[in-house]
Amino acid sequence: MILGKVIGTVWSTKKDENLVGAKFLIVRQLDLDYKPQKNFVVAVDSVGAGVSEVVLVAQGSSARQTTFTKNKPVDAVIMAIVDKLDIAIKDKLEELIES
Amino acid sequence: MHLGKVIGTIWATRKYETLKGYKMQFVQPLNSHLKNLGKPIVAVDTIGAGPGEVIYYVTASEAVIPLDVDMAPVDASIVGIVDSIYSEKTGRK
Repeated sequence: MILGKVIGTVWSTKKDENLVGAKFLIVRQLDLDYKPQKNFVVAVDSVGAGVSEVVLVAQGSSARQTTFTKNKPVDAVIMAIVDKLDIAIKDKLEELIES
Repeated sequence: MHLGKVIGTIWATRKYETLKGYKMQFVQPLNSHLKNLGKPIVAVDTIGAGPGEVIYYVTASEAVIPLDVDMAPVDASIVGIVDSIYSEKTGRK
């Protein structure tokens, strides 16, 4: 999964008929300091996320593993809303990996 | 499967229903020399790994198999903790 922030909504009237009722959100990827990265995905919402919330996005065939997205043309789904990150060893990451 | 190191935990109260009770961890992917490989990802923990531990994880739709549910939107899950690694190039680590 990737960490991201919801930055907008996609409205689409003409789409695959399986996708009627889906809520599409634009999610921009964040790094561990919540700093926005360049890439973004359009993801179907499965948890009721809103704009400016920090979320987790599952991508690929795993995105079809919800009751709504099963067997539908979806490759990214929002599956959690993040409350807090606890990065235990960020500062010492390099040296820990060396040891 | 891929090697990685657990570097942190994510707290998420609101998540997809079938994921209740599962812990999510930040994983820094590693190469066979235990050097960083790309950006950290988030993986569901199925075995109880903690920060600092070297683990291996599965990705894509296979990541759902170790969970006790039929369907869950998960694209990475931790399935084992590494005790030691031996490779011809670097020896035992």
